[in-house]
Amino acid sequence: MSWAIMNVGFYIIIFQFTNEIGAQTGWGKYEFFVFLATTWIINSIIQTFFMPNAQEFSELIRTGNFDFALLKPIDTQFIISFPRIDWSSLSTCMMGIGLLSYSLYQLMVVADVPLVLAWPVLFLYPLYLVCGVAIMYSVMISLAATSVWFGRNQTLYNFWFYLTNFSRYPMEIYKTGWGMGLWIAFTFFIPVLLVVNIPARFLARPLDGMTSADWQLAAFALCASIGSLFVSRRIFKRALRSYRSASS
Amino acid sequence: MTITTVEDNRIPLRARFTTWWVIFRIAMEERFVYRGDFALGTLMRFLPIITQIFLWTAIFQASPESKIAGYTRNTVIAYYMLTMISRAFSSMPGLCGGIALQVRNGEIKKFLIQPVDMLGFMLLGRVAHKAAYYTIAVVPFAFVFFLCRDFFDGWPDVEVLIAFCLSLFMGFLLGFFIEASLGLVAFWFLEVSSLVFIYNLLSFFLSGHMFPLNLLPGWAYEIVKVLPFQYLAYMPAAIFLDKIPRSELWTSLANEACWLLVFVVLARIMFQRGIQRYSGFGG
Repeated sequence: MSWAIMNVGFYIIIFQFTNEIGAQTGWGKYEFFVFLATTWIINSIIQTFFMPNAQEFSELIRTGNFDFALLKPIDTQFIISFPRIDWSSLSTCMMGIGLLSYSLYQLMVVADVPLVLAWPVLFLYPLYLVCGVAIMYSVMISLAATSVWFGRNQTLYNFWFYLTNFSRYPMEIYKTGWGMGLWIAFTFFIPVLLVVNIPARFLARPLDGMTSADWQLAAFALCASIGSLFVSRRIFKRALRSYRSASS
Repeated sequence: MTITTVEDNRIPLRARFTTWWVIFRIAMEERFVYRGDFALGTLMRFLPIITQIFLWTAIFQASPESKIAGYTRNTVIAYYMLTMISRAFSSMPGLCGGIALQVRNGEIKKFLIQPVDMLGFMLLGRVAHKAAYYTIAVVPFAFVFFLCRDFFDGWPDVEVLIAFCLSLFMGFLLGFFIEASLGLVAFWFLEVSSLVFIYNLLSFFLSGHMFPLNLLPGWAYEIVKVLPFQYLAYMPAAIFLDKIPRSELWTSLANEACWLLVFVVLARIMFQRGIQRYSGFGG
Protein backbone atom coordinates (compact mmCIF):
# COMPACT_ATOMS: atom_id res chain seq x y z
CA MET A 1 0.00 0.00 0.00
CA SER A 2 2.85 2.35 0.85
CA TRP A 3 4.43 1.59 -2.51
CA ALA A 4 1.15 2.63 -4.09
CA ILE A 5 1.20 5.97 -2.22
CA MET A 6 4.78 6.56 -3.39
CA ASN A 7 3.71 5.80 -6.93
CA VAL A 8 1.02 8.45 -6.75
CA GLY A 9 3.59 10.85 -5.28
CA PHE A 10 5.87 10.18 -8.25
CA TYR A 11 3.13 10.91 -10.80
CA ILE A 12 1.96 14.01 -8.92
CA ILE A 13 5.52 15.30 -9.33
CA ILE A 14 5.54 14.29 -13.01
CA PHE A 15 2.27 16.10 -13.70
CA GLN A 16 3.78 19.31 -12.36
CA PHE A 17 5.90 19.35 -15.50
CA THR A 18 3.49 17.98 -18.11
CA ASN A 19 -0.24 17.86 -18.79
CA GLU A 20 -0.31 14.46 -20.42
CA ILE A 21 1.62 11.21 -20.66
CA GLY A 22 2.41 11.50 -24.37
CA ALA A 23 1.31 14.33 -26.62
CA GLN A 24 -2.34 14.10 -27.75
CA THR A 25 -2.80 10.70 -26.08
CA GLY A 26 -5.65 11.80 -23.82
CA TRP A 27 -3.93 10.47 -20.69
CA GLY A 28 -4.11 13.64 -18.62
CA LYS A 29 -3.57 13.67 -14.86
CA TYR A 30 -6.86 12.18 -13.70
CA GLU A 31 -7.30 9.96 -16.76
CA PHE A 32 -3.90 8.52 -15.93
CA PHE A 33 -4.86 8.10 -12.27
CA VAL A 34 -7.84 6.03 -13.47
CA PHE A 35 -5.27 3.96 -15.37
CA LEU A 36 -3.05 3.69 -12.28
CA ALA A 37 -6.00 2.69 -10.07
CA THR A 38 -6.97 -0.01 -12.58
CA THR A 39 -3.39 -1.32 -12.51
CA TRP A 40 -3.54 -1.57 -8.70
CA ILE A 41 -6.92 -3.32 -8.73
CA ILE A 42 -5.82 -5.96 -11.24
CA ASN A 43 -2.41 -6.48 -9.65
CA SER A 44 -3.88 -6.80 -6.17
CA ILE A 45 -6.35 -9.44 -7.37
CA ILE A 46 -3.45 -11.36 -8.91
CA GLN A 47 -1.35 -11.00 -5.76
CA THR A 48 -4.21 -11.99 -3.49
CA PHE A 49 -5.48 -15.07 -5.29
CA PHE A 50 -2.81 -16.35 -7.68
CA MET A 51 0.68 -15.19 -6.80
CA PRO A 52 1.08 -17.17 -3.53
CA ASN A 53 -0.09 -20.32 -5.32
CA ALA A 54 2.22 -19.88 -8.31
CA GLN A 55 5.15 -19.47 -5.92
CA GLU A 56 4.08 -22.57 -4.03
CA PHE A 57 3.78 -24.54 -7.29
CA SER A 58 7.46 -24.08 -8.09
CA GLU A 59 8.36 -25.29 -4.60
CA LEU A 60 6.06 -28.33 -4.91
CA ILE A 61 7.85 -29.34 -8.11
CA ARG A 62 11.28 -28.94 -6.55
CA THR A 63 10.47 -30.95 -3.45
CA GLY A 64 8.38 -33.60 -5.20
CA ASN A 65 5.28 -32.77 -3.13
CA PHE A 66 3.45 -32.10 -6.38
CA ASP A 67 2.72 -35.88 -6.36
CA PHE A 68 0.03 -35.27 -3.71
CA ALA A 69 -1.75 -32.76 -5.95
CA LEU A 70 -1.68 -35.22 -8.84
CA LEU A 71 -3.21 -37.97 -6.72
CA LYS A 72 -6.26 -35.95 -5.73
CA PRO A 73 -9.49 -36.55 -7.70
CA ILE A 74 -9.79 -32.96 -8.85
CA ASP A 75 -8.41 -30.91 -11.75
CA THR A 76 -4.70 -30.36 -11.03
CA GLN A 77 -4.56 -26.81 -12.43
CA PHE A 78 -7.52 -25.85 -10.23
CA ILE A 79 -5.99 -27.25 -7.05
CA ILE A 80 -2.65 -25.62 -7.83
CA SER A 81 -4.18 -22.23 -8.65
CA PHE A 82 -6.52 -21.61 -5.73
CA PRO A 83 -5.56 -23.18 -2.36
CA ARG A 84 -4.01 -20.10 -0.74
CA ILE A 85 -5.32 -16.55 -0.49
CA ASP A 86 -3.21 -13.60 0.66
CA TRP A 87 -5.92 -11.29 1.97
CA SER A 88 -3.46 -8.56 2.96
CA SER A 89 -2.78 -7.82 -0.72
CA LEU A 90 -6.39 -6.69 -1.11
CA SER A 91 -5.48 -3.46 0.68
CA THR A 92 -3.99 -2.23 -2.62
CA CYS A 93 -7.33 -3.00 -4.26
CA MET A 94 -9.06 -0.76 -1.70
CA MET A 95 -6.51 1.96 -2.45
CA GLY A 96 -7.22 1.48 -6.15
CA ILE A 97 -10.97 1.90 -5.62
CA GLY A 98 -10.30 5.03 -3.56
CA LEU A 99 -8.05 6.55 -6.24
CA LEU A 100 -10.51 5.54 -8.94
CA SER A 101 -13.40 7.24 -7.13
CA TYR A 102 -11.40 10.42 -6.54
CA SER A 103 -10.19 10.58 -10.15
CA LEU A 104 -13.68 9.98 -11.53
CA TYR A 105 -15.02 12.72 -9.25
CA GLN A 106 -12.38 15.07 -10.67
CA LEU A 107 -13.19 14.06 -14.25
CA MET A 108 -16.98 14.06 -13.89
CA VAL A 109 -17.59 16.99 -11.51
CA VAL A 110 -14.58 19.29 -11.22
CA ALA A 111 -13.29 19.24 -14.83
CA ASP A 112 -14.16 22.12 -17.18
CA VAL A 113 -15.60 19.64 -19.66
CA PRO A 114 -17.14 17.01 -17.37
CA LEU A 115 -16.89 13.39 -18.41
CA VAL A 116 -20.24 11.65 -18.84
CA LEU A 117 -20.17 7.93 -18.20
CA ALA A 118 -22.37 5.96 -20.57
CA TRP A 119 -24.29 3.10 -18.93
CA PRO A 120 -22.54 0.32 -20.97
CA VAL A 121 -19.30 1.31 -19.23
CA LEU A 122 -20.68 0.00 -15.95
CA PHE A 123 -20.77 -3.42 -17.61
CA LEU A 124 -17.69 -3.08 -19.84
CA TYR A 125 -15.26 -1.97 -17.11
CA PRO A 126 -15.77 -4.99 -14.79
CA LEU A 127 -15.86 -7.29 -17.82
CA TYR A 128 -12.45 -6.07 -18.99
CA LEU A 129 -11.09 -6.17 -15.46
CA VAL A 130 -11.91 -9.89 -15.48
CA CYS A 131 -10.28 -10.20 -18.93
CA GLY A 132 -7.17 -8.46 -17.60
CA VAL A 133 -6.98 -10.79 -14.62
CA ALA A 134 -7.44 -13.77 -16.97
CA ILE A 135 -4.52 -12.66 -19.17
CA MET A 136 -2.26 -12.04 -16.17
CA TYR A 137 -3.21 -15.38 -14.63
CA SER A 138 -2.43 -17.12 -17.92
CA VAL A 139 1.02 -15.56 -18.13
CA MET A 140 1.71 -16.43 -14.51
CA ILE A 141 0.56 -20.04 -14.65
CA SER A 142 2.50 -20.57 -17.92
CA LEU A 143 5.69 -19.29 -16.31
CA ALA A 144 5.02 -21.31 -13.15
CA ALA A 145 4.51 -24.45 -15.28
CA THR A 146 8.04 -24.09 -16.62
CA SER A 147 9.22 -25.08 -13.12
CA VAL A 148 8.65 -28.65 -14.31
CA TRP A 149 11.41 -28.28 -16.90
CA PHE A 150 13.75 -25.94 -15.02
CA GLY A 151 13.35 -27.34 -11.51
CA ARG A 152 13.69 -23.95 -9.90
CA ASN A 153 12.85 -20.78 -11.76
CA GLN A 154 13.48 -17.73 -9.62
CA THR A 155 14.67 -15.84 -12.69
CA LEU A 156 11.42 -16.62 -14.47
CA TYR A 157 9.43 -15.11 -11.60
CA ASN A 158 11.56 -12.01 -11.87
CA PHE A 159 10.84 -12.17 -15.57
CA TRP A 160 7.09 -12.09 -14.78
CA PHE A 161 7.52 -8.85 -12.85
CA TYR A 162 9.60 -7.29 -15.60
CA LEU A 163 7.20 -8.48 -18.29
CA THR A 164 4.13 -7.12 -16.56
CA ASN A 165 6.01 -3.86 -16.02
CA PHE A 166 5.16 -3.08 -19.67
CA SER A 167 1.44 -3.20 -18.85
CA ARG A 168 1.71 -0.40 -16.28
CA TYR A 169 1.86 2.39 -18.86
CA PRO A 170 -0.52 3.57 -21.58
CA MET A 171 0.10 1.63 -24.79
CA GLU A 172 0.36 4.86 -26.80
CA ILE A 173 3.84 5.54 -25.38
CA TYR A 174 5.21 2.51 -27.24
CA LYS A 175 3.79 3.52 -30.62
CA THR A 176 6.93 5.27 -31.75
CA GLY A 177 10.09 4.08 -33.52
CA TRP A 178 11.30 0.69 -32.32
CA GLY A 179 8.61 0.71 -29.67
CA MET A 180 6.17 -0.45 -32.36
CA GLY A 181 7.80 -3.87 -32.15
CA LEU A 182 7.12 -3.96 -28.42
CA TRP A 183 3.57 -2.71 -28.95
CA ILE A 184 2.88 -5.51 -31.45
CA ALA A 185 4.57 -8.18 -29.31
CA PHE A 186 2.83 -7.19 -26.06
CA THR A 187 -0.55 -6.58 -27.69
CA PHE A 188 -0.94 -9.51 -30.06
CA PHE A 189 1.47 -12.23 -28.87
CA ILE A 190 1.80 -11.80 -25.09
CA PRO A 191 -1.17 -9.44 -24.66
CA VAL A 192 -0.14 -7.78 -21.37
CA LEU A 193 -0.67 -4.31 -22.85
CA LEU A 194 -4.41 -5.01 -23.12
CA VAL A 195 -4.72 -5.88 -19.42
CA VAL A 196 -5.01 -2.33 -18.04
CA ASN A 197 -5.30 -0.21 -21.17
CA ILE A 198 -8.68 -1.49 -22.34
CA PRO A 199 -10.67 -1.21 -19.05
CA ALA A 200 -9.00 2.09 -18.11
CA ARG A 201 -9.81 3.56 -21.52
CA PHE A 202 -13.51 2.68 -21.16
CA LEU A 203 -13.69 4.48 -17.83
CA ALA A 204 -11.42 7.46 -18.41
CA ARG A 205 -12.65 8.59 -21.79
CA PRO A 206 -16.10 9.20 -23.31
CA LEU A 207 -17.50 6.13 -25.01
CA ASP A 208 -18.65 8.11 -28.07
CA GLY A 209 -15.02 9.15 -28.64
CA MET A 210 -13.95 5.55 -29.26
CA THR A 211 -12.66 4.97 -32.78
CA SER A 212 -13.30 1.79 -34.76
CA ALA A 213 -9.69 0.80 -34.03
CA ASP A 214 -10.43 1.12 -30.29
CA TRP A 215 -13.47 -1.14 -30.61
CA GLN A 216 -11.50 -3.66 -32.65
CA LEU A 217 -8.83 -3.71 -29.97
CA ALA A 218 -11.49 -4.19 -27.28
CA ALA A 219 -12.97 -7.09 -29.25
CA PHE A 220 -9.51 -8.54 -29.67
CA ALA A 221 -8.92 -8.23 -25.89
CA LEU A 222 -11.91 -10.50 -25.30
CA CYS A 223 -10.54 -13.08 -27.73
CA ALA A 224 -7.02 -12.63 -26.31
CA SER A 225 -8.15 -13.37 -22.75
CA ILE A 226 -9.95 -16.56 -23.81
CA GLY A 227 -6.99 -17.49 -26.04
CA SER A 228 -4.51 -16.85 -23.21
CA LEU A 229 -6.43 -19.13 -20.86
CA PHE A 230 -6.54 -21.82 -23.56
CA VAL A 231 -2.79 -21.56 -24.35
CA SER A 232 -1.80 -21.51 -20.66
CA ARG A 233 -3.96 -24.62 -20.11
CA ARG A 234 -2.10 -26.36 -22.96
CA ILE A 235 1.28 -25.34 -21.49
CA PHE A 236 0.22 -26.58 -18.05
CA LYS A 237 -0.96 -29.93 -19.44
CA ARG A 238 2.24 -30.29 -21.46
CA ALA A 239 4.27 -29.55 -18.33
CA LEU A 240 2.33 -32.21 -16.40
CA ARG A 241 3.30 -34.82 -18.98
CA SER A 242 6.97 -33.96 -18.47
CA TYR A 243 6.78 -34.11 -14.66
CA ARG A 244 9.09 -36.56 -12.96
CA SER A 245 8.68 -36.88 -9.23
CA ALA A 246 11.57 -35.66 -7.12
CA SER A 247 10.66 -37.78 -4.10
CA SER A 248 11.96 -41.24 -3.32
CA MET B 1 30.77 -7.12 33.62
CA THR B 2 32.53 -6.48 30.31
CA ILE B 3 32.02 -8.99 27.54
CA THR B 4 34.62 -9.16 24.78
CA THR B 5 34.98 -11.37 21.76
CA VAL B 6 37.98 -13.68 21.40
CA GLU B 7 39.39 -11.42 18.73
CA ASP B 8 41.85 -8.95 20.18
CA ASN B 9 45.10 -7.22 19.39
CA ARG B 10 47.28 -10.25 20.13
CA ILE B 11 46.47 -11.75 16.70
CA PRO B 12 49.21 -10.76 14.24
CA LEU B 13 48.16 -8.60 11.32
CA ARG B 14 49.36 -11.17 8.78
CA ALA B 15 47.16 -13.86 10.33
CA ARG B 16 44.22 -11.47 10.21
CA PHE B 17 44.78 -10.80 6.50
CA THR B 18 44.95 -14.55 5.88
CA THR B 19 41.61 -14.98 7.68
CA TRP B 20 40.02 -12.14 5.72
CA TRP B 21 41.35 -13.55 2.43
CA VAL B 22 39.93 -17.03 3.20
CA ILE B 23 36.54 -15.55 4.12
CA PHE B 24 36.54 -13.49 0.91
CA ARG B 25 37.54 -16.47 -1.28
CA ILE B 26 34.88 -18.78 0.17
CA ALA B 27 32.19 -16.12 -0.25
CA MET B 28 33.29 -15.55 -3.88
CA GLU B 29 33.13 -19.25 -4.70
CA GLU B 30 29.66 -19.52 -3.17
CA ARG B 31 28.41 -16.76 -5.41
CA PHE B 32 29.86 -18.16 -8.62
CA VAL B 33 27.86 -21.40 -8.34
CA TYR B 34 24.83 -20.17 -10.34
CA ARG B 35 26.65 -17.73 -12.64
CA GLY B 36 24.46 -18.35 -15.75
CA ASP B 37 21.26 -17.57 -13.85
CA PHE B 38 23.02 -14.60 -12.26
CA ALA B 39 24.04 -13.08 -15.63
CA LEU B 40 20.55 -13.59 -17.10
CA GLY B 41 18.99 -12.03 -14.00
CA THR B 42 21.31 -9.02 -14.32
CA LEU B 43 20.39 -8.52 -17.96
CA MET B 44 16.70 -8.67 -17.12
CA ARG B 45 17.08 -5.99 -14.49
CA PHE B 46 17.55 -3.57 -17.35
CA LEU B 47 14.09 -4.31 -18.77
CA PRO B 48 12.41 -1.56 -16.70
CA ILE B 49 14.84 0.89 -18.33
CA ILE B 50 13.01 0.23 -21.61
CA THR B 51 9.71 1.35 -20.12
CA GLN B 52 11.45 4.36 -18.54
CA ILE B 53 12.78 5.36 -21.98
CA PHE B 54 9.27 5.32 -23.45
CA LEU B 55 7.65 6.91 -20.40
CA TRP B 56 10.06 9.84 -20.30
CA THR B 57 9.94 10.26 -24.07
CA ALA B 58 6.15 10.56 -23.75
CA ILE B 59 6.47 13.01 -20.83
CA PHE B 60 8.90 15.24 -22.72
CA GLN B 61 6.75 15.08 -25.87
CA ALA B 62 3.80 16.48 -23.94
CA SER B 63 5.78 18.93 -21.83
CA PRO B 64 5.98 22.53 -23.02
CA GLU B 65 9.59 22.67 -21.79
CA SER B 66 12.58 20.92 -23.39
CA LYS B 67 14.17 20.57 -19.94
CA ILE B 68 12.54 19.41 -16.72
CA ALA B 69 14.36 20.55 -13.57
CA GLY B 70 17.52 20.90 -15.66
CA TYR B 71 17.22 17.43 -17.22
CA THR B 72 16.67 16.68 -20.88
CA ARG B 73 14.96 13.45 -21.91
CA ASN B 74 18.37 11.87 -22.60
CA THR B 75 19.82 12.98 -19.27
CA VAL B 76 16.89 11.55 -17.33
CA ILE B 77 17.35 8.17 -19.02
CA ALA B 78 21.12 8.33 -18.46
CA TYR B 79 20.31 9.13 -14.82
CA TYR B 80 18.17 6.00 -14.44
CA MET B 81 20.93 3.88 -15.95
CA LEU B 82 23.52 5.34 -13.61
CA THR B 83 21.30 4.79 -10.57
CA MET B 84 21.29 1.11 -11.50
CA ILE B 85 25.06 1.15 -10.98
CA SER B 86 24.84 3.09 -7.74
CA ARG B 87 22.10 0.83 -6.37
CA ALA B 88 24.13 -2.21 -7.37
CA PHE B 89 26.82 -0.86 -5.02
CA SER B 90 24.68 0.42 -2.16
CA SER B 91 21.87 -2.14 -1.95
CA MET B 92 22.41 -4.90 0.62
CA PRO B 93 19.66 -7.46 0.10
CA GLY B 94 19.10 -9.69 3.10
CA LEU B 95 21.76 -8.09 5.31
CA CYS B 96 19.43 -6.52 7.84
CA GLY B 97 17.09 -9.51 8.04
CA GLY B 98 20.10 -11.86 8.16
CA ILE B 99 21.57 -10.13 11.22
CA ALA B 100 18.18 -10.07 12.95
CA LEU B 101 17.68 -13.77 12.25
CA GLN B 102 21.12 -14.62 13.67
CA VAL B 103 20.32 -12.66 16.83
CA ARG B 104 16.92 -14.32 17.13
CA ASN B 105 18.00 -17.93 16.62
CA GLY B 106 21.20 -17.56 18.60
CA GLU B 107 23.54 -18.17 15.68
CA ILE B 108 25.26 -14.91 16.51
CA LYS B 109 26.99 -16.51 19.49
CA LYS B 110 29.51 -18.10 17.12
CA PHE B 111 31.01 -14.64 16.65
CA LEU B 112 31.41 -14.32 20.41
CA ILE B 113 33.56 -17.44 20.65
CA GLN B 114 35.42 -17.35 17.34
CA PRO B 115 38.31 -14.97 16.64
CA VAL B 116 36.28 -13.27 13.90
CA ASP B 117 34.62 -9.88 14.10
CA MET B 118 30.97 -10.17 13.01
CA LEU B 119 30.72 -6.85 11.19
CA GLY B 120 34.07 -7.44 9.49
CA PHE B 121 33.00 -10.94 8.46
CA MET B 122 29.75 -9.67 6.98
CA LEU B 123 31.46 -6.76 5.26
CA LEU B 124 33.90 -9.17 3.58
CA GLY B 125 30.97 -11.35 2.52
CA ARG B 126 29.35 -8.32 0.90
CA VAL B 127 32.61 -7.27 -0.77
CA ALA B 128 32.85 -10.78 -2.22
CA HIS B 129 29.21 -10.65 -3.30
CA LYS B 130 29.70 -7.34 -5.07
CA ALA B 131 32.99 -8.49 -6.63
CA ALA B 132 31.30 -11.64 -7.93
CA TYR B 133 28.32 -9.61 -9.09
CA TYR B 134 30.42 -7.18 -11.08
CA THR B 135 32.65 -9.90 -12.51
CA ILE B 136 29.57 -11.49 -14.06
CA ALA B 137 27.44 -8.38 -14.50
CA VAL B 138 30.10 -6.38 -16.33
CA VAL B 139 29.16 -8.03 -19.64
CA PRO B 140 25.38 -7.28 -19.53
CA PHE B 141 26.11 -3.82 -18.05
CA ALA B 142 28.62 -3.01 -20.84
CA PHE B 143 26.21 -4.35 -23.46
CA VAL B 144 23.28 -2.22 -22.28
CA PHE B 145 25.40 0.91 -21.77
CA PHE B 146 26.86 0.46 -25.26
CA LEU B 147 23.35 0.19 -26.73
CA CYS B 148 22.26 3.29 -24.81
CA ARG B 149 25.44 5.32 -25.32
CA ASP B 150 23.55 8.07 -27.18
CA PHE B 151 21.75 9.05 -23.98
CA PHE B 152 25.09 10.20 -22.55
CA ASP B 153 26.96 13.36 -23.51
CA GLY B 154 30.28 11.52 -23.39
CA TRP B 155 32.74 10.76 -20.63
CA PRO B 156 33.13 13.31 -17.85
CA ASP B 157 36.60 14.64 -16.98
CA VAL B 158 39.03 12.90 -14.62
CA GLU B 159 38.03 14.91 -11.53
CA VAL B 160 34.38 13.95 -11.95
CA LEU B 161 35.29 10.32 -12.65
CA ILE B 162 37.36 10.13 -9.46
CA ALA B 163 34.53 11.73 -7.47
CA PHE B 164 32.06 9.31 -9.09
CA CYS B 165 34.16 6.26 -8.11
CA LEU B 166 34.62 7.60 -4.59
CA SER B 167 30.88 8.19 -4.20
CA LEU B 168 30.18 4.63 -5.39
CA PHE B 169 32.70 3.20 -2.94
CA MET B 170 31.35 5.26 -0.02
CA GLY B 171 27.80 4.45 -1.15
CA PHE B 172 28.62 0.77 -0.78
CA LEU B 173 30.01 1.25 2.73
CA LEU B 174 27.18 3.58 3.74
CA GLY B 175 24.57 1.11 2.49
CA PHE B 176 26.28 -1.66 4.45
CA PHE B 177 26.58 0.22 7.74
CA ILE B 178 23.05 1.69 7.59
CA GLU B 179 21.55 -1.76 7.08
CA ALA B 180 23.87 -3.35 9.62
CA SER B 181 22.78 -0.76 12.19
CA LEU B 182 19.14 -1.52 11.43
CA GLY B 183 19.80 -5.25 11.72
CA LEU B 184 21.54 -4.77 15.09
CA VAL B 185 18.34 -3.21 16.46
CA ALA B 186 17.30 -6.88 16.73
CA PHE B 187 19.35 -7.09 19.98
CA TRP B 188 16.60 -4.95 21.51
CA PHE B 189 13.47 -5.75 19.44
CA LEU B 190 14.25 -9.21 17.93
CA GLU B 191 11.97 -8.59 14.93
CA VAL B 192 13.01 -5.77 12.59
CA SER B 193 11.07 -6.56 9.41
CA SER B 194 8.74 -3.56 9.81
CA LEU B 195 11.74 -1.31 10.32
CA VAL B 196 13.35 -2.72 7.18
CA PHE B 197 10.15 -2.15 5.23
CA ILE B 198 10.02 1.50 6.28
CA TYR B 199 13.71 1.91 5.49
CA ASN B 200 13.30 0.36 2.01
CA LEU B 201 10.33 2.59 1.35
CA LEU B 202 12.12 5.77 2.38
CA SER B 203 15.29 4.69 0.66
CA PHE B 204 13.50 4.00 -2.66
CA PHE B 205 11.83 7.41 -2.67
CA LEU B 206 14.46 9.60 -1.02
CA SER B 207 17.60 8.03 -2.47
CA GLY B 208 16.67 9.18 -5.96
CA HIS B 209 16.15 5.64 -7.20
CA MET B 210 12.61 6.46 -8.32
CA PHE B 211 13.34 9.82 -9.97
CA PRO B 212 16.03 12.54 -9.96
CA LEU B 213 15.74 14.37 -6.64
CA ASN B 214 15.94 17.72 -8.46
CA LEU B 215 12.32 17.12 -9.52
CA LEU B 216 11.16 17.55 -5.94
CA PRO B 217 9.69 20.91 -4.90
CA GLY B 218 12.38 23.25 -3.54
CA TRP B 219 11.51 22.83 0.16
CA ALA B 220 11.43 19.02 -0.12
CA TYR B 221 14.72 18.95 -2.00
CA GLU B 222 16.37 21.02 0.76
CA ILE B 223 15.22 18.47 3.38
CA VAL B 224 16.33 15.48 1.30
CA LYS B 225 19.75 17.06 0.77
CA VAL B 226 20.58 16.82 4.48
CA LEU B 227 19.57 13.13 4.75
CA PRO B 228 21.96 10.24 4.03
CA PHE B 229 19.65 8.48 1.54
CA GLN B 230 20.71 10.57 -1.45
CA TYR B 231 24.20 9.02 -1.34
CA LEU B 232 22.77 5.59 -2.08
CA ALA B 233 21.57 6.37 -5.62
CA TYR B 234 21.28 10.04 -6.52
CA MET B 235 24.72 11.35 -5.69
CA PRO B 236 26.90 9.08 -7.92
CA ALA B 237 24.54 9.59 -10.87
CA ALA B 238 24.33 13.35 -10.33
CA ILE B 239 28.13 13.57 -10.07
CA PHE B 240 28.60 11.65 -13.32
CA LEU B 241 26.06 13.85 -15.13
CA ASP B 242 27.72 17.01 -13.80
CA LYS B 243 24.59 18.00 -11.86
CA ILE B 244 26.65 18.81 -8.77
CA PRO B 245 28.41 22.18 -9.16
CA ARG B 246 32.21 21.82 -9.05
CA SER B 247 32.36 24.14 -6.06
CA GLU B 248 30.15 21.70 -4.10
CA LEU B 249 31.59 18.43 -5.43
CA TRP B 250 34.16 17.72 -2.72
CA THR B 251 31.99 19.22 0.02
CA SER B 252 29.25 16.75 -0.93
CA LEU B 253 31.72 13.87 -0.76
CA ALA B 254 32.97 15.13 2.60
CA ASN B 255 29.37 15.17 3.86
CA GLU B 256 28.97 11.61 2.63
CA ALA B 257 32.16 10.62 4.46
CA CYS B 258 30.74 12.19 7.65
CA TRP B 259 27.52 10.19 7.32
CA LEU B 260 29.61 7.08 6.71
CA LEU B 261 31.60 7.73 9.87
CA VAL B 262 28.39 8.25 11.84
CA PHE B 263 27.00 4.88 10.77
CA VAL B 264 30.31 3.02 11.25
CA VAL B 265 30.50 4.29 14.83
CA LEU B 266 26.79 3.68 15.38
CA ALA B 267 27.04 0.07 14.15
CA ARG B 268 30.10 -0.55 16.35
CA ILE B 269 28.44 0.91 19.45
CA MET B 270 25.22 -1.00 18.79
CA PHE B 271 27.13 -4.26 18.38
CA GLN B 272 29.10 -3.74 21.59
CA ARG B 273 25.99 -2.74 23.56
CA GLY B 274 23.97 -5.48 21.91
CA ILE B 275 26.25 -8.35 22.89
CA GLN B 276 26.25 -7.07 26.45
CA ARG B 277 22.51 -7.58 26.71
CA TYR B 278 22.44 -10.72 24.52
CA SER B 279 21.55 -14.02 26.16
CA GLY B 280 22.14 -17.34 24.42
CA PHE B 281 20.50 -20.53 25.70
CA GLY B 282 20.85 -24.16 24.72
CA GLY B 283 23.48 -25.97 22.68
